[in-house]
Order: sequence, then C-alpha cells, then structure tokens
Amino acid sequence: MDSRSSELAVGPTREDALPASAATAVKIVVVGGFGVGKTTLVGSVSEIRPLTTEETMTEVSVGVDDVRGVEQKNATTVAMDFGRISINEELVLYLFGTPGQQRFWFLWTGLFEGALGAVVLVDTRRLEASFDVIGRLEDGGVPFIVAVNAFPDAPAHPLDQVRAALDLSPTVPIVECDARSRASSRDTLLALMRYLYSLSIQSAAPMAASAATE
Amino acid sequence: MTPSPINDASNSWEQGGPERLYVITGGRGASGRRADLDLVTLVVARAAARPEMQPEHASILRMCHYPLSMAEISAYLKLPFSVVAILVSDLLAESTVEVRATVRTAGIPDPELLKAVMYGLQKL
Repeated sequence: MDSRSSELAVGPTREDALPASAATAVKIVVVGGFGVGKTTLVGSVSEIRPLTTEETMTEVSVGVDDVRGVEQKNATTVAMDFGRISINEELVLYLFGTPGQQRFWFLWTGLFEGALGAVVLVDTRRLEASFDVIGRLEDGGVPFIVAVNAFPDAPAHPLDQVRAALDLSPTVPIVECDARSRASSRDTLLALMRYLYSLSIQSAAPMAASAATE
Repeated sequence: MTPSPINDASNSWEQGGPERLYVITGGRGASGRRADLDLVTLVVARAAARPEMQPEHASILRMCHYPLSMAEISAYLKLPFSVVAILVSDLLAESTVEVRATVRTAGIPDPELLKAVMYGLQKL
C-alpha cells in the first residue's frame, strides 16, 4: 500500500523505449467530440498502449482571458490520450486525441502550432459537434482532413452528403474510417499525409503559396 | 500526517491535486519553465539520478535513459504537462538532461519530412 516510492520508479518498459538514435518527433492531432473514437483510432495504430497526459486549467491560465480569475483550488484536470509510431530510427510520430473544445487546446503549449496537421473525426449522428472544430482549424490555418468514423449502428451517409452538411471546402479531403481497424486508421493518417504533401508541393510554387497559407 | 486513505484530501493529493503540484514545483508557475518545451520534445538523461534529488527529478533521469517525449514523461509520472515542463527545465539548467529539438513547422511542413512519415506509415 505504501506506493509513494515505488510509484516514482516508473517509466516505459524496455520494449516501449525508443531507440537511442531517436532525434526528431512530429505530431498529428486527432480532434473530435466525446465518444467519437479518438482514442480507439490512436490505439489502433500506436506501437505503445495509449497513454494519457493531463493538464490543469489553472497552471497555464495566466494571461488567457476567458479563464482569468479561476482560483487555484478549483483546478480542473483535462486529459488527452496519445500514442506513438516509430517512423524510422530517427523519426517518431506522436498522435494526440484532443477534445473539440478550443479552450482545451491552449492547455498544451503548441499542440496545433507544431503539428503536421489534424484529423477531424466525426460521427454522422452528431455532425453538429464538428462545426466549431472545423471553423477553428480553418481560422488557425491548421491543415486537416475529415474522417467519418463508421459506427455499426449509425446510418451510412454518402461522403458527398457529409461534406455538404459540414460545408467543407472542396479541397479538404474527406474519408471513411473504421477507428477499430489498424489498416483503416493507418489509411486515414496516410490520407492526411498525402493532402499535406500536396499542400507542400503547392506552397513550393511561389504564386500558389499565399492563397494556401493565408 | 495520520493516513486517512479514502477521504477527499488524500485523494486530491495522490491524484495530482493543487497542493501536491504546488509542493513538487516549489510553488513556481510558468516562470520556472523554458518556453521551447513541447509535448513531443524528446528528453534524454545525461547523468544518473542522485540520492539527494527531488524524487520527481530522479524519476525523470531514470526513465529518460533512452529518449522519451515530454508527453510520455507526463503520463508515466501522472503529472500535468506544465509541471513536467518545470521539472525538465530544472534538469536542463543543471545539464543533467538534454532535449532534442522539435520540428517546428511554420505553416506547411517540409515535403521530405512528409515523405519519410508516409513511407513509415505504409510499413505498418
């Protein structure tokens, strides 16, 4: 029961450790409402059991207008699940599943600013939950794709209908996904990467750059 | 200090309540923290843990024998990211850890980096 000291002897198991050569880490953010399958998707492709990092609202609330005045004793803890994929001996990809509410995004320094891009995971039964997320990513200039998580008991909708319902820009890819499936989740990430790659090629062309990034 | 394991106060302490976090960071806020530490900043120990160290500092040195992200340290220590950032900043100040720079993508990422990630994902 005296777990105070043993609790501190923690860390990854040997097989969960990265190689000593790991030098660069990048991240992708999976955004979606509660219960939409963020952690399922992350767990499907992660090489480690998904872990949870947390943040308290008060710790970084200084200077953030809408939480100013929150007392320290009222600290709210917000959790974010994440997983990891070793791309090669030097490069590591982290996947973070984060709630859709923007007030949580500021809790983790640079969650989106340093991210390659985002996957907006949607449930066709609760599409309205995705409107805010999509608007905020657009406003923030974060490149994203939309993945429709196929729940067995949800009615199937053609992707065109979902695209129209979300008022999605024609250039933003939308894919179907089964977050429980490793292959399907991997293909979703690949769809994001191909989209980012196409943007990176475009931005290499001087005239197209300002339209894509502003 | 009488243990009363099921009441709210000890629960708050054990699960990272404000009082415990205050003690761990010595009451420091963001002032004790380096601004460039990101969730995926990789931390590597450059020295062994010493017996007189604060237990959390020693834990970080032990678990970062191989590179480990800030997010993983936060998860294993069950401490908020901002607290881990202060603890890692302490260790950086005494040069017992080093950090490996995060790729900061200003806008659209580099195509070569994206190709490497795609190649890695295709092998899954």
